[in-house]
Amino acid sequence: MAHEYVPEVAIDREGNEHLVQGWQDDYFGGKMGFWLFMFTEVMMFSAMFLTLSYYYTLHPQDYTEASAHLNRLLGGFNTVILLISAWTMGLGLLKMRSGDVSGAKKFILATMFIAALFLVVKGFEWHEEYEHGIFLGHGHLIEEGYPLGKKLFYGMYFTMTGLHGFHVLIGIGLMIWLLKRINAGKVTPEHHILHFNIALYWDLVHLIWVFVFPYFYMIGAAHGH
Amino acid sequence: MSAKSYLEETHTAFGHPKSKILQWLLTIDHKRIGIMYAVVMFFFFFVAVGIGMTMRAELWEPGKQLVDPHTFNQLFTLHGVIMIFIFIVPGIPAIFGNIIMPLMIGAKDVSFPRLNWANFWLYVIGCIVALFSLWGENGFADTGWTFYAPYSLTTSTNVIPVLVAAFLLGMSSILTGLNFLVTIHRLRAPGMDFFKMPLFVWGIYATGWIQLLATPVVGITLILAMLEKYFGIGIFDPAKGGDPVLFEHLFWIYSHPAVYLMILPAFGVMSEIIPTFSRKEIFGYRTVALSSAAIAGIGYLVWGHHLFTSGMSDLAKTIFSFLTFFVAVPTGIKFYDWVATMYKAKIVLRAPMVWALGTMITFVIGGLTGVTITMIGGDIHLQDTYYSVAHFHYAILGGVVFLMFAGMHYWFPIITGKMYNEKNAIRAFALIFVGFNLLWFPMFIAGYYGMPRRYFDYLPEFAIYHKIAFVGGVMLVIGLLWMFYNLIQGWRKGEPSGPNPWNATTLEWHLPMAPAPLDNHTKVPYVDFRPYEYKHGEPVVKFDYETMRRID
Repeated sequence: MAHEYVPEVAIDREGNEHLVQGWQDDYFGGKMGFWLFMFTEVMMFSAMFLTLSYYYTLHPQDYTEASAHLNRLLGGFNTVILLISAWTMGLGLLKMRSGDVSGAKKFILATMFIAALFLVVKGFEWHEEYEHGIFLGHGHLIEEGYPLGKKLFYGMYFTMTGLHGFHVLIGIGLMIWLLKRINAGKVTPEHHILHFNIALYWDLVHLIWVFVFPYFYMIGAAHGH
Repeated sequence: MSAKSYLEETHTAFGHPKSKILQWLLTIDHKRIGIMYAVVMFFFFFVAVGIGMTMRAELWEPGKQLVDPHTFNQLFTLHGVIMIFIFIVPGIPAIFGNIIMPLMIGAKDVSFPRLNWANFWLYVIGCIVALFSLWGENGFADTGWTFYAPYSLTTSTNVIPVLVAAFLLGMSSILTGLNFLVTIHRLRAPGMDFFKMPLFVWGIYATGWIQLLATPVVGITLILAMLEKYFGIGIFDPAKGGDPVLFEHLFWIYSHPAVYLMILPAFGVMSEIIPTFSRKEIFGYRTVALSSAAIAGIGYLVWGHHLFTSGMSDLAKTIFSFLTFFVAVPTGIKFYDWVATMYKAKIVLRAPMVWALGTMITFVIGGLTGVTITMIGGDIHLQDTYYSVAHFHYAILGGVVFLMFAGMHYWFPIITGKMYNEKNAIRAFALIFVGFNLLWFPMFIAGYYGMPRRYFDYLPEFAIYHKIAFVGGVMLVIGLLWMFYNLIQGWRKGEPSGPNPWNATTLEWHLPMAPAPLDNHTKVPYVDFRPYEYKHGEPVVKFDYETMRRID
């Protein structure tokens, strides 16, 4: 029982016609909904940044030492490729808007590839931490006498990079879905709200990382190796 | 003109099910979704009322009557979790925001009907997860609905499922708020600008922003608490370097705006009922509308008044205290506007109006006692006593839930096409109103004399308050059952009401038939009038229902 939008007009007292906006095919509505959803995501990560910063004021020394231990090379590499992926995503959207569907698909595939690469690098990084006895519920983090600030720092590190990684994973899923919708002809240059919103989502994902990176990796950079 | 109502046919998320039940379960029609919310919510409401009465019975006399102390802790947690997360937070937006708001702005549905459908099922899943732990090995959580750390991290009871449930319910709430915000921005009938919207829509709009911006904070806090519980990171645990007060802050950053999220749509209901039954345009439309926005805005900055006894700095206390006083200003503006609307009006005392007037009394008591515990000195004395319990129930049950009942009577004809028995509705109201006051007013006194909340036992001198409260509770429950029986009988056997039995003016009363047709207004009218235009007690705006053009 699908119900299609039937164009409708409302007529005022002077007899002028005014188009009625239906919920179907509401491009601006779709855009606005997703922007509002982004606000929610921002609030969620803000609460974590707040927690992180507050504990920094309690344990500044432990924080810088723990941060120094993180692998800035891999973290920095990930930052760079994620920024590149935001670029490819944006180019894909431009291609879609200009009518080049196959070009758009190539850029989406490229973004997916970089996103997957990001997760692989992140996996190596986590593995390295694990080898050093640093992981949630493992090694130093459940060891008596290990500095409390470090425990908090690493705990927040795994929580936040984990949650960010989860968002990357969802992003890849969304892009697969997007490609399917493009192939099915449901997303077209005239009708690309889904593409737009996923690009918006991806912007947020890289933007969060742009904040995560300095907060975790750079505060101890001066003491690092 | 479509002759079939939304109860007879529907649009579904997918497929063309023949089965009536599947048509309900898969419906994307905002009116049906609202009704389904109501069914689930009131089921849980009565469960929680039953739990409340069990606690009251336990407190009939000092010492142990019915349940042991540990079970008592679980009971008040369950009561709080159900009433807050399952009943009153979705509350009026989920029921009337869904059913009525699109009708009020002349929309065919909400902006994202499928999301609305998914939200409902997310909500149901949340409810199931919350109760799942009842049958678990260690029993339901015993932390209170606030899950304060560090106790919630160390208790052996099943806190995690409740946290997961609260997260899911929060998610559903966020997306519902988002849906309504976009609906209100995008789908208003041509000509209806923001200051021509009915005031209930303003209430839903302000609520939508709170849902959107405050709920994620508690969501992530609950996730941090879960990680803490599983991995022992140290967040919120002082023994591991964390700070439990941070949990309280993050929790109340959501949960205090949440009470405005509950009350704002309720104020919206009040703002609909008062002009309709006073047959007068509302006094100070803009101030009522903007005070909703002001309450939502200021309400975001007052959470600290829950933490006056947590050792926060005196400066912070003073700031939070002052900010909290400011919330009373827009609320007061609303009350004066309502009273001014009724001044020299021909008031029609039908059930919705009686409910609204009753609420004015109970909510003023609830609101003003709130101001007394905003004062830091007073709060130190009254924190965690029955005084806060009474304040909260006066404000939320005597404010939000009473107005929800008022709305149920008011919009009953649109939803069912029938009319309930007026006399029984008034009698049920009287019983509930008296029972309600008997139940909670003594708690102010008991609290003032030092009866702590959440206690299983008490000193003998408090017995009289508990006994009166129990009697009031019994009256309240009988009244509730009577009211629901009356409404259900009204739906089954009531007289047909016609589309506009109250002579109301807002768009939801200009439908061609009652109950509402599936696709709402036959044609969308052009809105070049204010929502509550009355002249000499008669609505000004009249429509030809074939063309939906003005004929006045």
